[in-house]
This record gives sequence, structure tokens and C-alpha cells, in this order.
Amino acid sequence: MARTVTRGSKIGWTIAAWVVALLIFFPILYAFITSLKTEPEAIAGFSLIPSGTFENYVTVQTQRDYFKPFMNSVVLSIGSTILALLFAIPAAWSMAFSPTKRTKDILMWMLSTKMMPAVAVLIPIFILFRNFGLLDTRIGLTVMLTLINLPIVVWMLYTYFREIPGEILEAARMDGASLWKEIVYVLTPMAVPGIASTLLLNIILAWNEAFWTIQLTTTNAAPLTAFIASFSSPQGLFWAKLSAASTMAIAPILILGWFSQKQLVRGLTFGAVK
Amino acid sequence: MATQNTKTLARLMMAPAVIVLLVWMVVPLAMTLWYSFQNYNLLTPQNVSFAGFFNYVYFYTDPAFFESIWNTLVLVLGVLLITVIGGIAIALLIDQPIFGQGIVRILVISPFFVMPPVAALIWKNMIMHPGYGVLADVARFFGAQPVDWFAQYPLFSIIIIVAWQWLPFATLILLTALQSLDSEQKEAAEMDGANAFNRFIYLTLPHLSRAITVVILIQTIFLLGIYAEILVTTNGGPGYASTNLTFLIYRTARLGYDVGGGAAGGIIAVVLANIVAIFLMRAVGKNLDR
Repeated sequence: MARTVTRGSKIGWTIAAWVVALLIFFPILYAFITSLKTEPEAIAGFSLIPSGTFENYVTVQTQRDYFKPFMNSVVLSIGSTILALLFAIPAAWSMAFSPTKRTKDILMWMLSTKMMPAVAVLIPIFILFRNFGLLDTRIGLTVMLTLINLPIVVWMLYTYFREIPGEILEAARMDGASLWKEIVYVLTPMAVPGIASTLLLNIILAWNEAFWTIQLTTTNAAPLTAFIASFSSPQGLFWAKLSAASTMAIAPILILGWFSQKQLVRGLTFGAVK
Repeated sequence: MATQNTKTLARLMMAPAVIVLLVWMVVPLAMTLWYSFQNYNLLTPQNVSFAGFFNYVYFYTDPAFFESIWNTLVLVLGVLLITVIGGIAIALLIDQPIFGQGIVRILVISPFFVMPPVAALIWKNMIMHPGYGVLADVARFFGAQPVDWFAQYPLFSIIIIVAWQWLPFATLILLTALQSLDSEQKEAAEMDGANAFNRFIYLTLPHLSRAITVVILIQTIFLLGIYAEILVTTNGGPGYASTNLTFLIYRTARLGYDVGGGAAGGIIAVVLANIVAIFLMRAVGKNLDR
């Protein structure tokens, strides 16, 4: 027997849910609305109707060279994700298909590296980066982001690969498929969705990383996190521009995020909740 | 069919990731430990000497240290309280039969994808600003005096911002767990005459306990490291009122150039994080065994 839902109660729940959802979303919405206001409008009191100017978006680009930190964010998040996948795919593949007694220990140990507080190694990393001339370089930061996200990438891939039935691989082997053929024709098609999900989640994590990106950059390699943080000084008349920069900084990742809800749960709980 | 060959291959495939992570874990931590016993100030790098436990004594007897530990606890527990209770409530709400569930879900999870500096600056300037913020407008509308949030309640304000960022995570995970609850069980309980409250206490809550544990542990790991939100709003102030341990170490090391003191602080951050980590590993480890 299906639960009977009266139309009245459904409308009641709908209104309650939408009110809560809009309240939670409000700061993002309001930043977007403010980005379409002029600076005097932005501080003129509460209003949901902007004059609809796009000049803030233009100004952010012409005055602060917005495109540069944006491209840094793109390069760093995509670069570090691909680098992490290069290390993680073989590792996760072998752990999922040729597990040994120590596989579980290795996985747990990898997870434990993620628990190390970033600030505890701030000093050595800063000094190492300085001595090797890596401060404020894309290369240095890409390596950094790869390292901090590698455990999550290995874990996510592992939970996906583990769901590929091993019998299929054995059947392919019985049929005389070489390792290469096994990978290209059997494994890859089954693994691509998992790899894509991992890629997506890791780009989001790398894009929003706001400790190392702020600590290790000044101008040249500064991504959007560091760029936006530089707006924190208490000046009065720049909210509309700040809102425009913020909107552009979060919009791409917000849209990616909407497509990755399921993967998010899985990736960030290390498979403990599905 | 694990032959010796495939075993060797498996090891080779695992090696790069393992070696990279091993180096990443061991080298910086060993350096932190080493620096924590040195007198080393970046302003006078020529005067490096062995300090014994001086840095530890210096860092751990500083009143700011206890204040920062207290702030860290309040920040973590405050955010956990809001996100877990709020997350359960919102997950239950979204799980009801409602119109536009997909869009409601998208709106609710959105704050999680907002990078920390943006989240903090939106709240600081557009919501909580004592002169022009939305909350000030609301206060004036009701004839009240607007609150200067970051001056009067700096830590609480940061808790609100961080809770806003993490509420979606808690909601999403609890919702996922909620939707895996067997609907036949719910119906059976309903038919047996259990009211909504009893169904929640005796059926839903036990079912969610594992997800709640995971939410608490994972959030704690991230919440211990809150940094950018403090940097762009209060910068740890007034005084040390909103400085957590992470921020205190940053202040000591980067603003005070005190490598030794910062390193000694870093060691306790590791110890704290490890205590939490042990519990998390157990929760996740159980899942591996099934």
C-alpha cells in the first residue's frame, strides 16, 4: 500500500521546503543581484531589483585583470586533477583487482595522510618552496594540490573499480585477451564513468582549495581563491565589483557541482555512505 | 588467478602513488619536528640554534594558545551542532513528497561549492555588515539597532558562515542515507500505529546513526583547519577572540616569522587531528570489511 499523500499536505511541505531552500541560497542569489547593481545602489539598502548594469564585470577585468587568476584556477585545478589521476588510476586498479593482505592497510594509511593538518607542515613547505624557487609558481601549486587530493582520488577510484566484477576480467583472460586488450576493451569502458566522477569532484575540490593557494602565491600563480581574498581589506565602495568577481568565481564550479551530487557523497565519505 | 607476475605488476602500479604520498607525509612532518626544537626566526636566519623544549614551553604557556584551543573547540562544536541538527531537519523536509524536489536540492547544496573566501566576503559585506548588510536592514525595519556582528560576536559570526558552508554537506549525506531507508519498514511502522515522532526516534534516527557519525568525523577534520574564513573576515581578532589553532600557528609562523614556535604549535595540531582521525578510520574501516 503506497502512502496516501493529500494534496494539501504536499502543498504545505512544498512551501516549507522552498522557503528553507531559498533562505539557504539567498546569499549566493544576493551576491549575483548585487553584481548587477551600481556601486551606490549596492550600499543603498536592501533591494532585489538591480539596475541591470554589466559594468562591474567589465571593470573587474579592466582594473584587476580578472582573466589571469581565472586561468590560474583553471590550469591548477585541471592540471592537478590529471596529475593525481595518473598516479591514482594504476594504484586503485591494482588494489581493486589484485588485492593483497596489505591492501586495506595501504588504503587506510593513504586516508590518514589526508588527516594531517595543513598548517602543521606550513613552515617546511613554505621553506622548501622558497628554497626551490617554487613560491608563486603554477608548477609548485599544481604539485601541492595533487598531493593533498591524491588520497581522495585513489579512494574514490578504488570504490568504483571494486564494483567492476572481477569475473569479467577472468573471462577475458580465459578468452586469451592480453593485458593490454583487457585494459582497452574490457576495463576502460567500465571504468570511465567512475574516472569521470572522480575527475569532476577533484576539480571542484582543487578549485575551492583556500589554504595552500593563499599561502604559496602572491600574484603570478594566484588563483581565484587568493584573488578574492585580496579584496578583504576594508574599503567601502566596491561591493558590486566584489560581487561580480565572486559570481564569476563560483558560477562554473556551482554548475559542475550540481551535476556531481551523488559523487560528492561518495567521494567525501570515502565510500562509507552511498 | 594471482600469479607471481601479476603480483609484481600490481606492486609496480601501486608504487608511484605510495612513494609520493610517503615522501609527502614523512619529509615535511620530520622537518616540522626538527624546527620545533630550533631557535629559528626568518628575520634573523643566521642565528639558528638548538632550543630544546623552549618553543613548546613558549607556545603552550602563551595565553593565546589556550584561547585558540578554546576557540577551535567552540568553532568545531558550534558548526557541528548547527549542521547536524539542521541537516537532519532539512533532509527530512526534502524527503517529503514536494513539488520541485530536484531544484530544492540544488538550491540547498549550492553553498558547498562556494569557495571559502567568497562565502566569507559575501556574508561579511552583504549580509552581516553593520551599516549596509541585509541583517542591518532587517533590524532597522523592526526599529532595532543593527548588530556589529564581527566586532561584537566575532567567533559566532564565523561559526554562522562556516555552518552555512557545511550545512549542504550534512544535508546531502543524511538525505542519501534517508533515502536508503526501506519504505516497507516505514509503512509497517505506520500500520502498527507508530506516530511520526516515534517513527523518527525508533526507526529513522537509528538508521541515520552511521551517516551522522561519518558527517561529524569528516567535518571535524575539515573544521579543525578553518583558515580562509577567518583571514578575510576578522583576521583572528579582535585580539585573539576569533583565532583558532590553525590561525594562531599561521600568525606565529608567517606574521611573526617564528619558525620554531610555529612548528611546536604544528605538532599539537597533528596530535589533535590524529585523535579525531583514529575514530574516523575505525568508522571507514568497518565499511571495508563488509
